Amino acid sequence: MKKYDVVTTISYPKKGAMGKTGSWRVFKPILDKDKCIKCLRCWIFCPEGTIIRKKDDSVEIDYEYCKGCGVCANVCPVKAIVMEREAEI
Amino acid sequence: MAIKDMSLEEIVLSGNAACPGCPSTMGLRIVFKALGKKTILVIPACCTSVIESLYPYTSFDVPVLNIAFEAAAAAASGVVSALRMQGREDINVVVWAGDGGTYDIGIQAMSGAFERNTNFLYICYNNQIYSNTGIQRSGATPYAAWTTTTVGGKREFSKDMGAIVRAHNIPYAATATVSYPEDLFRKVMKAKSIKGPKYIEILAPCPPGWRFSMDKTVEMGKLAVETGIWPLYEYENDKMAFNGKSKLIFEGKIERKPVEEWLKLQGRFSNLFKPQRDEERLRRIQEYVDHMWERFKQCRD
Repeated sequence: MKKYDVVTTISYPKKGAMGKTGSWRVFKPILDKDKCIKCLRCWIFCPEGTIIRKKDDSVEIDYEYCKGCGVCANVCPVKAIVMEREAEI
Repeated sequence: MAIKDMSLEEIVLSGNAACPGCPSTMGLRIVFKALGKKTILVIPACCTSVIESLYPYTSFDVPVLNIAFEAAAAAASGVVSALRMQGREDINVVVWAGDGGTYDIGIQAMSGAFERNTNFLYICYNNQIYSNTGIQRSGATPYAAWTTTTVGGKREFSKDMGAIVRAHNIPYAATATVSYPEDLFRKVMKAKSIKGPKYIEILAPCPPGWRFSMDKTVEMGKLAVETGIWPLYEYENDKMAFNGKSKLIFEGKIERKPVEEWLKLQGRFSNLFKPQRDEERLRRIQEYVDHMWERFKQCRD
């Protein structure tokens, strides 16, 4: 990464700047790959960018940073993503 | 442009400080898919200045200038001038400000930059409150909405920012919402191709501020368009054109849903329904929406 010679404070881009935000999650999205029609609606609507789009337009979920908002499950037209509770309390 | 054709490049990095279901990062991701990496972002005080996360790291993979609340458009004018002097006019200068920084505190700087014909794109993501400081009322807060400073519901209607912006006769102004990514993408691409000041306002349904479940962000934007309270339009060369569902509503091909359907899903409007229905205020909101569309029709005729 190119460092700049500046006299003010400057922040540099980093994934996980607020830590592993996956720990915020209460409900976890579970993807059923057989049901997925590769419409990519979950990918474009994910506020976090934690739906990883592959070259063949299939998707994967990055649980390290997914905050578990459930937008992906809600926009999926074929209900291929369901939200499950992380752990029993 | 279909969703499949949008870029895989991510500028907004995961693990940022946004709330789950945040419409700001949702909108920014779509906006950056259109703008690309050759962009300088100017951000005044707003939620997004927090979403960037803490020093020494940032969650945005482009240069960002953080500036005081009222100064976003003025600072962007400076950035545009500096780039012109360096002969680097291929870089997009974009202001990303909230409704507080646009409707209230930043309005004079924005008006000035529009008047000076600065070549930049001003994007207002409108969540209708000062959400960063804890959900206070803003000039964009709708009538009867609860905020921490309007406990019984706001008594005034919001400003018509679209009309204020159009009065500057800028080459391009548009409204969008995060719920229609193709529409938003197309509008940002169009704004990018036009020289001069451009304005896009994105309705950003905020789960903690509007008091709805965080998985419903997309539905809230859709319903706002379908009930007609948030019309999608483009204003270009003195001509107004409606887009998507708003076009169908304007042409009379589909009926507007009653605005109540949008209100009743949000906890901030619960004072209209509990303990009993407030028919008077519900009627006033519906009349406000009817009147807005009546005015659009008169403009055409």
